[in-house]
Amino acid sequence: MISRSQSRSIALFAVAVVFFSSLPAHASLGGDPSSVQTDAQQLKSSVRVTQSANYTVHEMQVQGATVREYIAGGKVFGITWEGQARPDLQQLLGPYYARVTQAVEQYKAQHPGRHPISIQQPDLVVQMGGHQRAFSGRAYIPNMVPSSVRAEEIR
Amino acid sequence: MFLLAQLAGCGGSSSTSTPGGNTITTSGSNVAALTVNSGPPELQSAGGALNTGFMSMSLCAPGTSTCQTVNFVAVDTGSSGIRILKSNLSVSLPNETDSSGNTIAECNQFVDGFTWGPVQLADVTFPGTSETASSVPIQIVDDSNSFTGAPGSCTNGSAGSDNNIVGLGAYAILGIGNFRQDCGLACTLTFFGPSGNPGLYYTCPGGVCNPVAVSIAQQLQNPVAMFATDNNGSIIELPTVSTDGGTVNGSVVFGIGTQTNNGLGNATMLTLDSNGLMTTLFGPAQTAYPGSFIDAGSNGIFFLDTATNGIPTCPTNPSLYCPSTTLNLQATNQGLNGTSSVVKFNIGNAETLPGSGAVSEFGGVFDVPSPLFDFGLPFFYGRNVFTGIEGVSNGQPTDTGQFVAY
Repeated sequence: MISRSQSRSIALFAVAVVFFSSLPAHASLGGDPSSVQTDAQQLKSSVRVTQSANYTVHEMQVQGATVREYIAGGKVFGITWEGQARPDLQQLLGPYYARVTQAVEQYKAQHPGRHPISIQQPDLVVQMGGHQRAFSGRAYIPNMVPSSVRAEEIR
Repeated sequence: MFLLAQLAGCGGSSSTSTPGGNTITTSGSNVAALTVNSGPPELQSAGGALNTGFMSMSLCAPGTSTCQTVNFVAVDTGSSGIRILKSNLSVSLPNETDSSGNTIAECNQFVDGFTWGPVQLADVTFPGTSETASSVPIQIVDDSNSFTGAPGSCTNGSAGSDNNIVGLGAYAILGIGNFRQDCGLACTLTFFGPSGNPGLYYTCPGGVCNPVAVSIAQQLQNPVAMFATDNNGSIIELPTVSTDGGTVNGSVVFGIGTQTNNGLGNATMLTLDSNGLMTTLFGPAQTAYPGSFIDAGSNGIFFLDTATNGIPTCPTNPSLYCPSTTLNLQATNQGLNGTSSVVKFNIGNAETLPGSGAVSEFGGVFDVPSPLFDFGLPFFYGRNVFTGIEGVSNGQPTDTGQFVAY
Protein backbone atom coordinates (compact mmCIF):
# COMPACT_ATOMS: atom_id res chain seq x y z
CA MET A 1 0.00 0.00 0.00
CA ILE A 2 2.92 2.35 0.54
CA SER A 3 5.54 3.28 -1.96
CA ARG A 4 8.90 2.67 -0.44
CA SER A 5 11.44 5.42 -0.18
CA GLN A 6 14.70 5.05 -2.01
CA SER A 7 17.18 4.11 0.65
CA ARG A 8 20.71 5.25 0.09
CA SER A 9 21.99 1.74 -0.38
CA ILE A 10 25.63 1.05 -0.65
CA ALA A 11 25.24 -2.66 -0.93
CA LEU A 12 22.33 -5.07 -0.89
CA PHE A 13 22.63 -8.51 0.58
CA ALA A 14 19.84 -10.98 0.13
CA VAL A 15 19.72 -14.05 2.25
CA ALA A 16 17.21 -16.70 1.33
CA VAL A 17 16.98 -19.57 3.74
CA VAL A 18 13.97 -21.78 4.27
CA PHE A 19 13.52 -23.78 7.45
CA PHE A 20 10.54 -25.70 8.71
CA SER A 21 9.75 -23.90 11.89
CA SER A 22 6.52 -22.26 12.95
CA LEU A 23 7.82 -19.87 15.58
CA PRO A 24 8.31 -16.33 14.31
CA ALA A 25 10.85 -14.42 16.33
CA HIS A 26 12.55 -11.12 15.73
CA ALA A 27 14.21 -8.34 17.61
CA SER A 28 12.39 -5.87 19.86
CA LEU A 29 12.43 -2.08 19.70
CA GLY A 30 15.41 -0.72 21.54
CA GLY A 31 17.02 -4.09 21.82
CA ASP A 32 19.75 -6.00 20.08
CA PRO A 33 18.90 -7.15 16.59
CA SER A 34 18.64 -10.90 16.29
CA SER A 35 21.11 -12.20 13.78
CA VAL A 36 20.01 -12.61 10.23
CA GLN A 37 20.69 -16.31 10.61
CA THR A 38 18.47 -16.57 13.67
CA ASP A 39 15.66 -14.69 11.99
CA ALA A 40 15.97 -16.86 8.89
CA GLN A 41 16.08 -20.04 10.96
CA GLN A 42 12.90 -19.20 12.77
CA LEU A 43 10.93 -17.75 9.89
CA LYS A 44 9.73 -19.66 6.86
CA SER A 45 10.89 -16.82 4.69
CA SER A 46 13.91 -14.88 3.60
CA VAL A 47 15.36 -11.95 5.48
CA ARG A 48 16.40 -9.09 3.24
CA VAL A 49 19.24 -6.96 4.55
CA THR A 50 19.76 -3.49 3.16
CA GLN A 51 22.89 -1.59 4.09
CA SER A 52 22.64 2.17 4.18
CA ALA A 53 25.20 4.83 5.06
CA ASN A 54 23.87 5.30 8.58
CA TYR A 55 21.83 2.20 9.39
CA THR A 56 20.96 -1.33 8.39
CA VAL A 57 17.47 -2.54 7.61
CA HIS A 58 16.31 -6.11 8.18
CA GLU A 59 13.13 -6.75 6.25
CA MET A 60 11.20 -9.95 6.85
CA GLN A 61 7.79 -11.45 6.23
CA VAL A 62 5.83 -12.59 9.25
CA GLN A 63 2.30 -13.94 9.39
CA GLY A 64 0.10 -11.32 7.79
CA ALA A 65 2.69 -8.56 7.50
CA THR A 66 6.05 -7.22 6.36
CA VAL A 67 8.27 -6.03 9.21
CA ARG A 68 11.34 -3.84 8.89
CA GLU A 69 13.86 -3.33 11.66
CA TYR A 70 16.13 -0.27 11.53
CA ILE A 71 19.46 -0.92 13.20
CA ALA A 72 22.33 1.35 14.15
CA GLY A 73 24.93 1.18 16.87
CA GLY A 74 23.99 -2.42 17.45
CA LYS A 75 20.42 -1.56 18.48
CA VAL A 76 17.02 -1.57 16.81
CA PHE A 77 16.05 2.10 16.87
CA GLY A 78 12.96 1.82 14.71
CA ILE A 79 10.43 -0.69 13.45
CA THR A 80 7.77 -0.47 10.78
CA TRP A 81 5.10 -2.91 9.68
CA GLU A 82 2.49 -3.14 6.98
CA GLY A 83 0.14 -5.84 5.82
CA GLN A 84 -3.26 -7.46 5.99
CA ALA A 85 -2.89 -7.96 9.72
CA ARG A 86 -0.69 -6.41 12.35
CA PRO A 87 2.28 -8.50 13.55
CA ASP A 88 2.98 -9.45 17.15
CA LEU A 89 3.29 -5.96 18.62
CA GLN A 90 4.05 -7.31 22.08
CA GLN A 91 7.20 -8.89 20.70
CA LEU A 92 8.09 -6.02 18.36
CA LEU A 93 7.60 -3.23 20.89
CA GLY A 94 9.09 -5.26 23.73
CA PRO A 95 9.34 -3.22 26.94
CA TYR A 96 7.34 -0.40 25.30
CA TYR A 97 4.25 -2.50 24.56
CA ALA A 98 2.51 -1.94 27.87
CA ARG A 99 3.05 1.81 27.66
CA VAL A 100 1.66 1.98 24.12
CA THR A 101 -1.39 -0.04 25.11
CA GLN A 102 -2.03 2.22 28.06
CA ALA A 103 -1.78 5.35 25.92
CA VAL A 104 -4.18 3.94 23.34
CA GLU A 105 -6.71 2.88 25.96
CA GLN A 106 -6.46 6.19 27.79
CA TYR A 107 -7.20 8.15 24.65
CA LYS A 108 -10.12 5.93 23.67
CA ALA A 109 -11.66 6.29 27.12
CA GLN A 110 -11.99 10.02 26.52
CA HIS A 111 -12.58 10.08 22.77
CA PRO A 112 -14.78 7.31 21.35
CA GLY A 113 -14.33 6.91 17.61
CA ARG A 114 -11.89 5.32 15.23
CA HIS A 115 -8.90 7.16 13.82
CA PRO A 116 -5.15 6.74 13.33
CA ILE A 117 -3.10 6.35 16.48
CA SER A 118 -0.27 8.74 17.22
CA ILE A 119 1.73 8.57 20.42
CA GLN A 120 4.52 11.09 20.85
CA GLN A 121 6.56 10.89 24.01
CA PRO A 122 10.13 12.14 24.47
CA ASP A 123 11.55 8.64 24.29
CA LEU A 124 8.94 6.88 22.16
CA VAL A 125 7.00 7.64 19.00
CA VAL A 126 4.38 5.16 17.80
CA GLN A 127 2.00 5.70 14.90
CA MET A 128 -0.59 3.24 13.59
CA GLY A 129 -3.22 3.51 10.90
CA GLY A 130 -5.11 1.88 8.09
CA HIS A 131 -8.24 -0.23 7.93
CA GLN A 132 -9.24 -3.85 7.39
CA ARG A 133 -6.81 -5.57 4.98
CA ALA A 134 -4.36 -2.65 5.04
CA PHE A 135 -2.70 -1.86 8.36
CA SER A 136 0.59 -0.08 8.85
CA GLY A 137 2.59 1.36 11.67
CA ARG A 138 5.89 2.73 12.86
CA ALA A 139 7.64 2.88 16.20
CA TYR A 140 10.98 4.49 17.03
CA ILE A 141 13.04 5.83 19.90
CA PRO A 142 14.02 9.41 19.08
CA ASN A 143 17.31 9.52 20.96
CA MET A 144 18.47 6.31 19.37
CA VAL A 145 17.95 7.55 15.83
CA PRO A 146 21.37 8.46 14.36
CA SER A 147 21.71 12.24 14.17
CA SER A 148 22.09 12.20 10.39
CA VAL A 149 18.89 10.21 9.91
CA ARG A 150 15.47 11.84 9.56
CA ALA A 151 12.52 10.08 11.21
CA GLU A 152 10.75 9.98 7.84
CA GLU A 153 13.37 7.49 6.67
CA ILE A 154 11.92 4.94 9.08
CA ARG A 155 9.32 3.51 6.71
CA MET B 1 -0.04 -5.52 -3.18
CA PHE B 2 -0.49 -1.91 -4.25
CA LEU B 3 -0.83 -1.17 -7.95
CA LEU B 4 0.36 2.21 -9.10
CA ALA B 5 -2.42 4.46 -10.32
CA GLN B 6 -2.41 5.35 -13.99
CA LEU B 7 -1.45 8.92 -14.49
CA ALA B 8 -3.82 11.39 -16.16
CA GLY B 9 -3.63 11.13 -19.90
CA CYS B 10 -4.50 7.45 -20.01
CA GLY B 11 -8.19 8.20 -20.21
CA GLY B 12 -10.84 8.78 -17.58
CA SER B 13 -12.62 11.94 -16.61
CA SER B 14 -12.08 14.54 -13.96
CA SER B 15 -14.32 16.72 -11.88
CA THR B 16 -14.45 18.90 -8.83
CA SER B 17 -16.44 18.05 -5.73
CA THR B 18 -17.48 20.76 -3.33
CA PRO B 19 -19.56 19.69 -0.36
CA GLY B 20 -23.22 20.65 -0.37
CA GLY B 21 -26.08 20.49 -2.78
CA ASN B 22 -26.45 16.72 -2.67
CA THR B 23 -29.90 15.18 -2.86
CA ILE B 24 -30.72 12.90 0.05
CA THR B 25 -33.26 10.16 -0.59
CA THR B 26 -35.40 9.81 2.49
CA SER B 27 -37.55 6.78 1.78
CA GLY B 28 -37.69 3.71 -0.37
CA SER B 29 -37.47 -0.06 -0.17
CA ASN B 30 -33.69 0.28 -0.24
CA VAL B 31 -33.34 3.34 2.00
CA ALA B 32 -32.29 3.13 5.66
CA ALA B 33 -32.06 6.03 8.09
CA LEU B 34 -28.59 7.25 9.09
CA THR B 35 -27.92 9.62 12.00
CA VAL B 36 -24.74 11.26 13.17
CA ASN B 37 -25.06 12.12 16.86
CA SER B 38 -23.22 11.64 20.14
CA GLY B 39 -24.16 7.97 20.32
CA PRO B 40 -25.53 5.63 22.98
CA PRO B 41 -25.87 6.52 26.67
CA GLU B 42 -22.89 4.38 27.64
CA LEU B 43 -20.54 6.63 25.63
CA GLN B 44 -21.57 9.92 27.17
CA SER B 45 -19.27 9.67 30.18
CA ALA B 46 -16.43 9.14 27.70
CA GLY B 47 -17.38 12.32 25.86
CA GLY B 48 -19.78 10.88 23.31
CA ALA B 49 -19.23 9.64 19.77
CA LEU B 50 -17.56 11.96 17.26
CA ASN B 51 -18.34 11.80 13.52
CA THR B 52 -19.93 8.36 13.75
CA GLY B 53 -22.91 7.45 11.57
CA PHE B 54 -25.48 5.29 13.33
CA MET B 55 -28.17 3.03 11.87
CA SER B 56 -30.62 0.43 13.12
CA MET B 57 -30.47 -3.21 12.14
CA SER B 58 -32.62 -6.26 12.88
CA LEU B 59 -31.10 -9.66 13.69
CA CYS B 60 -33.20 -12.83 13.64
CA ALA B 61 -32.40 -16.42 14.45
CA PRO B 62 -32.08 -17.86 10.92
CA GLY B 63 -35.37 -18.89 9.37
CA THR B 64 -37.42 -17.67 12.32
CA SER B 65 -39.27 -14.54 13.34
CA THR B 66 -37.39 -14.42 16.63
CA CYS B 67 -35.75 -11.08 16.12
CA GLN B 68 -34.13 -8.16 17.83
CA THR B 69 -33.68 -4.58 16.72
CA VAL B 70 -30.22 -3.21 17.37
CA ASN B 71 -29.72 0.55 17.53
CA PHE B 72 -26.50 2.56 17.46
CA VAL B 73 -25.01 0.42 14.72
CA ALA B 74 -22.01 2.31 13.36
CA VAL B 75 -21.69 2.26 9.58
CA ASP B 76 -18.19 1.51 8.28
CA THR B 77 -17.10 1.50 4.64
CA GLY B 78 -13.52 0.63 5.58
CA SER B 79 -14.41 -2.89 6.70
CA SER B 80 -16.77 -5.69 5.81
CA GLY B 81 -18.83 -7.72 8.23
CA ILE B 82 -21.20 -7.24 11.15
CA ARG B 83 -19.87 -7.23 14.70
CA ILE B 84 -22.14 -6.83 17.73
CA LEU B 85 -21.35 -6.60 21.42
CA LYS B 86 -22.49 -9.69 23.30
CA SER B 87 -24.03 -7.39 25.90
CA ASN B 88 -26.30 -5.90 23.25
CA LEU B 89 -27.42 -9.21 21.73
CA SER B 90 -30.72 -10.44 23.15
CA VAL B 91 -31.69 -13.03 20.55
CA SER B 92 -30.19 -16.50 20.62
CA LEU B 93 -28.21 -17.24 17.45
CA PRO B 94 -26.56 -20.50 16.37
CA ASN B 95 -22.77 -20.79 16.43
CA GLU B 96 -20.99 -21.28 13.15
CA THR B 97 -19.04 -24.52 13.45
CA ASP B 98 -16.41 -26.41 11.52
CA SER B 99 -16.89 -29.98 10.28
CA SER B 100 -15.93 -31.29 13.72
CA GLY B 101 -18.51 -29.17 15.49
CA ASN B 102 -16.02 -26.66 16.91
CA THR B 103 -17.30 -23.10 17.07
CA ILE B 104 -15.45 -20.78 14.73
CA ALA B 105 -14.20 -17.60 16.34
CA GLU B 106 -12.38 -14.56 15.03
CA CYS B 107 -9.71 -12.13 16.09
CA ASN B 108 -10.51 -9.06 14.05
CA GLN B 109 -8.37 -5.94 14.00
CA PHE B 110 -9.36 -2.29 13.93
CA VAL B 111 -6.80 0.51 13.98
CA ASP B 112 -7.15 0.95 17.73
CA GLY B 113 -7.70 -2.58 18.95
CA PHE B 114 -9.00 -6.09 18.39
CA THR B 115 -12.43 -7.65 18.62
CA TRP B 116 -12.63 -11.28 19.72
CA GLY B 117 -15.57 -13.64 19.85
CA PRO B 118 -17.47 -16.46 18.18
CA VAL B 119 -19.01 -16.33 14.74
CA GLN B 120 -22.78 -16.87 14.74
CA LEU B 121 -25.41 -16.83 12.03
CA ALA B 122 -28.29 -14.39 11.69
CA ASP B 123 -30.86 -13.20 9.22
CA VAL B 124 -30.21 -9.49 8.82
CA THR B 125 -32.72 -6.84 7.82
CA PHE B 126 -32.83 -3.06 8.03
CA PRO B 127 -35.91 -1.27 9.39
CA GLY B 128 -37.73 0.70 6.71
CA THR B 129 -36.28 -1.39 3.89
CA SER B 130 -37.22 -4.65 2.24
CA GLU B 131 -33.61 -5.87 2.07
CA THR B 132 -32.80 -9.22 3.67
CA ALA B 133 -29.58 -11.18 4.04
CA SER B 134 -30.04 -14.75 5.28
CA SER B 135 -27.79 -16.82 7.53
CA VAL B 136 -25.08 -14.20 7.60
CA PRO B 137 -21.94 -15.05 9.58
CA ILE B 138 -21.49 -12.21 12.09
CA GLN B 139 -19.06 -11.73 14.97
CA ILE B 140 -20.24 -11.66 18.57
CA VAL B 141 -17.82 -9.30 20.31
CA ASP B 142 -17.46 -11.07 23.62
CA ASP B 143 -17.51 -8.26 26.14
CA SER B 144 -19.02 -10.52 28.79
CA ASN B 145 -16.50 -13.37 28.68
CA SER B 146 -19.13 -15.90 27.71
CA PHE B 147 -16.76 -17.58 25.22
CA THR B 148 -13.19 -18.78 25.53
CA GLY B 149 -10.90 -15.84 26.22
CA ALA B 150 -8.83 -14.27 23.46
CA PRO B 151 -5.48 -16.06 23.02
CA GLY B 152 -2.19 -14.20 23.19
CA SER B 153 -1.77 -14.51 19.44
CA CYS B 154 -4.87 -12.33 19.17
CA THR B 155 -4.29 -9.75 21.88
CA ASN B 156 -0.61 -9.30 21.00
CA GLY B 157 -1.49 -8.13 17.50
CA SER B 158 -3.04 -4.99 18.92
CA ALA B 159 -2.15 -2.37 21.50
CA GLY B 160 -5.51 -2.31 23.20
CA SER B 161 -8.93 -3.87 23.05
CA ASP B 162 -12.08 -2.86 21.19
CA ASN B 163 -13.96 -5.63 22.98
CA ASN B 164 -16.15 -3.24 24.95
CA ILE B 165 -18.61 -0.41 24.32
CA VAL B 166 -16.10 2.40 24.65
CA GLY B 167 -13.52 0.69 22.45
CA LEU B 168 -16.04 -0.33 19.82
CA GLY B 169 -17.73 3.10 19.97
CA ALA B 170 -21.15 1.61 19.17
CA TYR B 171 -23.39 -1.35 20.01
CA ALA B 172 -22.41 -2.90 16.70
CA ILE B 173 -20.34 -2.21 13.59
CA LEU B 174 -21.90 -2.59 10.16
CA GLY B 175 -19.05 -3.14 7.72
CA ILE B 176 -20.33 -2.48 4.20
CA GLY B 177 -17.05 -1.76 2.49
CA ASN B 178 -15.61 -2.70 -0.89
CA PHE B 179 -15.10 -6.41 -0.22
CA ARG B 180 -17.49 -9.32 0.03
CA GLN B 181 -15.82 -10.86 3.09
CA ASP B 182 -13.66 -9.37 5.76
CA CYS B 183 -10.57 -11.40 4.89
CA GLY B 184 -11.03 -12.99 1.50
CA LEU B 185 -8.86 -15.64 -0.15
CA ALA B 186 -5.99 -15.14 2.31
CA CYS B 187 -7.96 -16.73 5.15
CA THR B 188 -8.64 -19.83 3.05
CA LEU B 189 -4.93 -20.67 2.83
CA THR B 190 -3.80 -23.73 4.78
CA PHE B 191 -0.28 -22.39 5.28
CA PHE B 192 0.14 -20.09 8.28
CA GLY B 193 3.18 -17.90 8.43
CA PRO B 194 5.00 -15.44 6.20
CA SER B 195 2.92 -14.63 3.12
CA GLY B 196 0.37 -17.20 4.23
CA ASN B 197 -2.92 -17.17 6.08
CA PRO B 198 -2.94 -14.11 8.37
CA GLY B 199 -4.68 -16.24 11.03
CA LEU B 200 -7.77 -14.17 11.81
CA TYR B 201 -10.11 -17.16 12.31
CA TYR B 202 -9.77 -19.68 15.15
CA THR B 203 -11.32 -22.71 16.73
CA CYS B 204 -10.90 -23.44 20.45
CA PRO B 205 -11.40 -27.17 21.08
CA GLY B 206 -10.95 -27.90 24.75
CA GLY B 207 -10.50 -24.22 25.41
CA VAL B 208 -7.24 -24.01 23.45
CA CYS B 209 -7.48 -21.57 20.54
CA ASN B 210 -5.49 -21.92 17.34
CA PRO B 211 -5.85 -20.26 13.94
CA VAL B 212 -7.65 -22.23 11.26
CA ALA B 213 -8.27 -21.92 7.55
CA VAL B 214 -11.87 -21.11 6.70
CA SER B 215 -13.80 -21.10 3.46
CA ILE B 216 -15.04 -17.96 1.77
CA ALA B 217 -18.58 -18.78 2.89
CA GLN B 218 -17.57 -19.20 6.53
CA GLN B 219 -16.05 -15.73 6.82
CA LEU B 220 -17.87 -12.64 7.97
CA GLN B 221 -19.82 -11.36 4.99
CA ASN B 222 -20.62 -7.89 3.74
CA PRO B 223 -24.40 -8.17 4.24
CA VAL B 224 -25.14 -5.95 1.23
CA ALA B 225 -23.49 -8.51 -1.05
CA MET B 226 -25.92 -11.09 0.31
CA PHE B 227 -29.11 -9.19 -0.53
CA ALA B 228 -31.23 -10.71 -3.31
CA THR B 229 -31.17 -7.36 -5.13
CA ASP B 230 -29.51 -3.97 -4.53
CA ASN B 231 -26.44 -6.01 -3.69
CA ASN B 232 -23.58 -4.38 -5.61
CA GLY B 233 -22.85 -1.55 -3.21
CA SER B 234 -24.36 1.28 -1.21
CA ILE B 235 -24.53 5.04 -0.95
CA ILE B 236 -24.00 7.15 2.16
CA GLU B 237 -25.97 10.39 1.90
CA LEU B 238 -25.38 13.04 4.53
CA PRO B 239 -26.03 16.79 4.45
CA THR B 240 -23.47 19.47 5.16
CA VAL B 241 -23.06 20.30 8.84
CA SER B 242 -24.49 23.70 9.66
CA THR B 243 -23.59 23.65 13.37
CA ASP B 244 -20.64 21.62 14.57
CA GLY B 245 -21.35 19.31 17.47
CA GLY B 246 -24.97 18.66 16.62
CA THR B 247 -26.96 15.94 14.93
CA VAL B 248 -27.33 15.45 11.19
CA ASN B 249 -29.73 13.03 9.52
CA GLY B 250 -29.25 11.26 6.22
CA SER B 251 -29.62 7.87 4.60
CA VAL B 252 -27.85 4.72 3.57
CA VAL B 253 -29.17 3.64 0.16
CA PHE B 254 -28.55 0.06 -0.86
CA GLY B 255 -27.59 -0.80 -4.43
CA ILE B 256 -25.89 1.29 -7.13
CA GLY B 257 -27.79 1.77 -10.38
CA THR B 258 -30.36 -0.85 -9.42
CA GLN B 259 -33.28 1.49 -8.80
CA THR B 260 -34.31 4.97 -9.86
CA ASN B 261 -32.99 6.37 -6.56
CA ASN B 262 -29.44 4.99 -6.65
CA GLY B 263 -27.89 5.75 -10.01
CA LEU B 264 -24.41 7.25 -10.20
CA GLY B 265 -25.72 10.36 -11.91
CA ASN B 266 -22.92 12.94 -12.05
CA ALA B 267 -20.75 11.07 -9.58
CA THR B 268 -17.15 10.40 -10.59
CA MET B 269 -16.06 6.78 -10.24
CA LEU B 270 -12.57 5.93 -8.96
CA THR B 271 -11.64 2.26 -9.06
CA LEU B 272 -9.59 0.94 -6.14
CA ASP B 273 -6.76 -1.53 -5.71
CA SER B 274 -6.96 -4.94 -4.04
CA ASN B 275 -6.88 -3.31 -0.60
CA GLY B 276 -9.47 -0.65 -1.41
CA LEU B 277 -6.88 2.08 -1.82
CA MET B 278 -6.44 5.02 -4.21
CA THR B 279 -3.88 7.81 -4.76
CA THR B 280 -4.33 11.34 -3.46
CA LEU B 281 -2.45 14.30 -4.91
CA PHE B 282 -1.88 17.34 -2.73
CA GLY B 283 0.12 20.50 -2.48
CA PRO B 284 1.63 22.97 -4.92
CA ALA B 285 3.64 20.21 -6.56
CA GLN B 286 0.62 17.88 -6.59
CA THR B 287 2.68 15.29 -4.78
CA ALA B 288 1.18 11.82 -5.06
CA TYR B 289 0.28 9.87 -1.92
CA PRO B 290 -0.62 6.31 -2.89
CA GLY B 291 -2.31 4.05 -0.40
CA SER B 292 -4.92 6.66 0.50
CA PHE B 293 -8.53 5.82 1.21
CA ILE B 294 -12.05 7.03 1.96
CA ASP B 295 -13.54 5.43 5.09
CA ALA B 296 -16.83 6.30 6.80
CA GLY B 297 -15.61 4.42 9.87
CA SER B 298 -12.82 6.92 10.46
CA ASN B 299 -13.93 10.00 12.37
CA GLY B 300 -11.92 12.76 10.75
CA ILE B 301 -9.76 13.70 7.78
CA PHE B 302 -6.27 12.49 8.63
CA PHE B 303 -3.50 13.38 6.24
CA LEU B 304 0.25 13.87 6.10
CA ASP B 305 1.98 15.84 8.85
CA THR B 306 3.11 19.33 9.75
CA ALA B 307 6.42 18.94 7.95
CA THR B 308 4.55 18.20 4.73
CA ASN B 309 1.55 20.53 4.88
CA GLY B 310 2.59 23.18 7.38
CA ILE B 311 -0.53 22.77 9.50
CA PRO B 312 0.33 23.04 13.21
CA THR B 313 -0.71 20.28 15.57
CA CYS B 314 -2.47 20.82 18.88
CA PRO B 315 -0.41 21.60 21.98
CA THR B 316 -2.31 18.99 23.98
CA ASN B 317 -2.46 16.38 21.23
CA PRO B 318 0.20 16.19 18.52
CA SER B 319 -1.92 13.81 16.46
CA LEU B 320 -4.58 16.45 15.70
CA TYR B 321 -4.42 19.66 13.69
CA CYS B 322 -4.90 23.06 15.33
CA PRO B 323 -4.63 25.83 12.75
CA SER B 324 -5.43 29.30 14.12
CA THR B 325 -8.23 29.70 11.57
CA THR B 326 -10.16 27.09 9.59
CA LEU B 327 -8.27 26.16 6.44
CA ASN B 328 -10.01 25.62 3.10
CA LEU B 329 -8.02 22.96 1.32
CA GLN B 330 -8.27 20.81 -1.73
CA ALA B 331 -6.78 17.54 -2.91
CA THR B 332 -7.12 15.36 -5.99
CA ASN B 333 -8.13 11.73 -5.64
CA GLN B 334 -7.14 9.37 -8.43
CA GLY B 335 -8.41 5.87 -9.08
CA LEU B 336 -6.72 2.93 -10.77
CA ASN B 337 -8.83 3.76 -13.81
CA GLY B 338 -6.99 7.05 -14.25
CA THR B 339 -10.04 9.06 -13.29
CA SER B 340 -9.40 11.93 -10.93
CA SER B 341 -11.59 14.19 -8.84
CA VAL B 342 -10.63 17.34 -6.97
CA VAL B 343 -12.14 17.49 -3.50
CA LYS B 344 -12.45 20.46 -1.22
CA PHE B 345 -12.34 20.01 2.53
CA ASN B 346 -11.85 22.13 5.63
CA ILE B 347 -9.59 21.65 8.63
CA GLY B 348 -10.32 23.53 11.85
CA ASN B 349 -8.79 23.75 15.30
CA ALA B 350 -9.42 20.41 17.00
CA GLU B 351 -9.02 21.90 20.46
CA THR B 352 -11.80 24.44 20.00
CA LEU B 353 -14.13 22.22 17.97
CA PRO B 354 -16.85 20.22 19.74
CA GLY B 355 -15.76 16.73 20.73
CA SER B 356 -18.90 14.83 19.76
CA GLY B 357 -21.65 14.79 17.16
CA ALA B 358 -21.08 15.95 13.60
CA VAL B 359 -17.92 18.05 13.25
CA SER B 360 -16.89 18.63 9.65
CA GLU B 361 -13.46 20.23 10.18
CA PHE B 362 -11.99 17.62 12.53
CA GLY B 363 -8.67 16.31 11.29
CA GLY B 364 -5.20 15.22 12.14
CA VAL B 365 -1.95 13.58 11.19
CA PHE B 366 -1.49 10.44 9.13
CA ASP B 367 2.04 9.53 8.15
CA VAL B 368 2.47 5.86 8.97
CA PRO B 369 4.85 4.74 7.80
CA SER B 370 4.49 7.00 4.75
CA PRO B 371 2.32 10.10 4.50
CA LEU B 372 -1.12 9.54 3.02
CA PHE B 373 -4.80 10.47 3.26
CA ASP B 374 -7.57 8.92 5.36
CA PHE B 375 -10.81 10.68 4.36
CA GLY B 376 -13.16 9.83 7.23
CA LEU B 377 -16.78 10.79 7.84
CA PRO B 378 -16.28 14.56 7.39
CA PHE B 379 -15.61 13.78 3.70
CA PHE B 380 -19.17 12.44 3.49
CA TYR B 381 -20.92 15.60 4.72
CA GLY B 382 -22.56 17.25 1.74
CA ARG B 383 -21.57 14.50 -0.73
CA ASN B 384 -23.32 11.31 -1.76
CA VAL B 385 -20.53 8.73 -1.62
CA PHE B 386 -20.93 5.40 -3.42
CA THR B 387 -19.07 2.28 -2.20
CA GLY B 388 -18.89 -0.30 -4.98
CA ILE B 389 -18.36 -3.95 -3.98
CA GLU B 390 -15.90 -6.24 -5.76
CA GLY B 391 -17.15 -8.81 -8.22
CA VAL B 392 -17.73 -12.49 -7.71
CA SER B 393 -17.03 -15.43 -9.99
CA ASN B 394 -18.00 -19.01 -9.16
CA GLY B 395 -18.60 -17.97 -5.59
CA GLN B 396 -15.10 -16.55 -5.21
CA PRO B 397 -14.40 -12.83 -4.73
CA THR B 398 -12.55 -11.39 -7.71
CA ASP B 399 -10.66 -8.51 -6.01
CA THR B 400 -11.68 -6.37 -8.97
CA GLY B 401 -14.57 -4.03 -9.61
CA GLN B 402 -14.39 -2.30 -6.25
CA PHE B 403 -14.75 1.48 -6.45
CA VAL B 404 -15.66 4.68 -4.72
CA ALA B 405 -17.72 7.34 -6.47
CA TYR B 406 -18.86 10.80 -5.47
